[in-house]
Amino acid sequence: MPMIEILDDACKGCLLCVPACPHELIHNTKAKLNKRGLYPVEYVDPDGKCTGCRLCAIVCPDAAIRVYKEVKKKSA
Amino acid sequence: MSDERVFMKGNHAACEGAYRAGCKAYFGYPITPQNEVTEYMSAHIWEHGGTFIQSESEVAAINMIMGASATGARAMTSSSSPGISLKQEGLSYIAMMELPMVVMNVVRCGPGLGNIAPHQGDYFQTTKGGGHGDYRLITLAPNSVQEMAQFIYDAFILADKWRNPAMVLTDGTIGQMMEPVDYASMPWMDPPDKSEWQLDEFQEGRERHVLTSIWLDPVDMAVAHEKLIDKYERLKKEEVRYDEYLTEDAEVLVVAIGSPSRVTHSAIRILRQEGLKVGLFRPITVWPFPYDAIRKYADSKRVKAILVPEMNWGQMIEDVKLAVLDKKPVHFVAKHGGLTFTPEDLTEPIRAILKNPEEPNTLWHVS
Amino acid sequence: MDVITIEGTEYKVVAERPKSLTDTPFTYCPGCNHGTTHKIIAEVIDELGIQHRCIGIASVGCSVFSYEFFDFDFISVPHGRALAVATGAKRMRPDSVLMTYQGDGDLAAIGTAETIHACNRGERVTCIFVNNAIYGMTGGQMAPTTLLGMKTTTSPLGRDAKRIGWPMKMSEMLAPLQGAAYIARVSMHDAKHILKAKAAIKKAFRAQLEDKGFSMVEVLSNCNVNWHMTPQEGVKFIEEQMTKNFPLGVYKDVWQEEAAKQTAKEEG
Ligand SMILES: Cc1ncc(C[n+]2csc(CCOP(=O)(O)OP(=O)(O)O)c2C)c(N)n1
Ligand code: SF4
Ligand code: SF4
Ligand code: SF4
Ligand SMILES: [Mg+2]
Repeated sequence: MPMIEILDDACKGCLLCVPACPHELIHNTKAKLNKRGLYPVEYVDPDGKCTGCRLCAIVCPDAAIRVYKEVKKKSA
Repeated sequence: MSDERVFMKGNHAACEGAYRAGCKAYFGYPITPQNEVTEYMSAHIWEHGGTFIQSESEVAAINMIMGASATGARAMTSSSSPGISLKQEGLSYIAMMELPMVVMNVVRCGPGLGNIAPHQGDYFQTTKGGGHGDYRLITLAPNSVQEMAQFIYDAFILADKWRNPAMVLTDGTIGQMMEPVDYASMPWMDPPDKSEWQLDEFQEGRERHVLTSIWLDPVDMAVAHEKLIDKYERLKKEEVRYDEYLTEDAEVLVVAIGSPSRVTHSAIRILRQEGLKVGLFRPITVWPFPYDAIRKYADSKRVKAILVPEMNWGQMIEDVKLAVLDKKPVHFVAKHGGLTFTPEDLTEPIRAILKNPEEPNTLWHVS
Repeated sequence: MDVITIEGTEYKVVAERPKSLTDTPFTYCPGCNHGTTHKIIAEVIDELGIQHRCIGIASVGCSVFSYEFFDFDFISVPHGRALAVATGAKRMRPDSVLMTYQGDGDLAAIGTAETIHACNRGERVTCIFVNNAIYGMTGGQMAPTTLLGMKTTTSPLGRDAKRIGWPMKMSEMLAPLQGAAYIARVSMHDAKHILKAKAAIKKAFRAQLEDKGFSMVEVLSNCNVNWHMTPQEGVKFIEEQMTKNFPLGVYKDVWQEEAAKQTAKEEG
């Protein structure tokens, strides 16, 4: 299942990634403060909706989002 | 006589000195009386594997030089007074980044557009920094075509040795006149290795190189300053150069640079025939200025007075006075507007000084 | 791409901080597109495999410390002079890849002459021109690219064409010069346009690598802080206002011109 990781200390809470995600998986929860004293956004995806489309990462000015995709095992 | 002896113009000889020093880039903008440099460079630097650009302005030229010298190349530009004013912005950055490069100023008359006649009104903007901030240019002042070539050559060596911009401060007379030059003292050379700091395309496996002149934290800025200050102090100790002519027994010491120093030679010959003991002290590095060497004469019982002829309203005389510290009268002879000295402009005041040596400082005004 | 294992499953990382950036976090304001622009430049440099050949020229503006963020040789130069410095460096080191990174004050005001002439000489350098319609670093003064009616600290009543003229269109100005190989205007307002911008930047570097001439990408970028907007309002402003005044597109494409000439030859 594709997924993303928010690098909390790199995130500046600009929220540009929030509307960029077609599945609304990124939220401005203000749940914690990072090292800079800013609120990083949170990625919440209990149903595994992330498609790994990278749109969130593309719009992030601070390269604070990493996107992972499973390595497809070659079928035997 | 060496095979390398040729008869040529001062401004052309400067270019030949640059080629021999391994200069690979010349960027400049036309301005009289230094056009011969730009023209000669445009025709010949290619023969030495170099590059020429006629830039859109002196501002662009000095910044192109900044780029070229940042990559480790030996690079030079030249101009005349109004153009040097424009280059001062770049020189300030170049000095702070400790980029070695050479700039020649074939001084003309100012302020403003002034005229294209020889002048020495740029002494301040050359030796006291000129642009913003604290910085110094190593400055050599030639007085012959031979020295035009030699000092450009030496300026490249000094610039690299100290990682500092170097200036050759000359005037229209020396730039335009023709004399024989012997290049035997200027063997062809390559620049030293600058791979420790230069910007280049061989970055794989090494730390990246960054050249900058900004430190927002005053503490860091002060550290950067101290490095420059220390360099300048060492330069003052190690690189002072000057030339002397009949100074051993001189009672009047003339301190002059550039074309006035040539006229001083003629004046001294006339006065010596009359039995008057006059000598010439000629600073070669006007920065670092030979304060100590001049002070020795100020301290000497024999020397009665010092005379400074300048083609301006009095600039180098301020440094001479700093050296003399009121121990002896310092007289001034001015030529300005673009007028040049004749030997009589100097012989007359010197005779008067020797008749009445106790006379305190007088401003002799000739024009 | 790196592969990592999380709870027994192998993942490849399909988006992360590009290699050509240092680990130093950007010091730009939250949401500032200077960061976005840095990131896509670094991605292009990674993809072209030219990181260790690059020499960057940092100009004066908010990006004055860009040399802290790009992981290759850099020089910081006087306001407006980046393209003259790049010229000197490139002439001495034709195998290096020169990039200037300049704001609108830097490129279109104080550095106009250097810009036009570097382009006209066809210098083999790549210029990234960040047009945010304002002087960000000095606190939001009017730029040559400030839109009509836009309020800045030096146009408090809004830019008035009668007094100060119209927003400067640098891409349109430079494209007709024969030294230009590739000139494009792109925007940072959404993911689609950011990807297009990245493609344009790649082309601009290719123009240099293929020795075609001068290349510039004008990046419409936000300065939400000095526009007094949120980042989201900022990118919306780019989309709705900036692109109207500064139409996006490719203004010069040397490959297209070459192809057109070739076709004409074949047909003629
Ligand atoms: C010669 C000179 N004049 C003025 C300044 C002050 N200054 C610094 S940045 C700047 C404007 C920068 O605006 P821009 O190029 O648009 O960059 P931005 O900050 O918007 O990215 C000015 C005027 C300077 N550093 N040097
Ligand atoms: S990769 Fe795509 S789907 Fe996944 S969080 Fe980012 S924008 Fe949403
Ligand atoms: S775009 Fe980047 S910096 Fe901005 S909130 Fe999202 S993760 Fe954080
Ligand atoms: S002032 Fe404007 S341009 Fe500068 S970093 Fe902040 S948002 Fe970006
Ligand atoms: Mg700007």
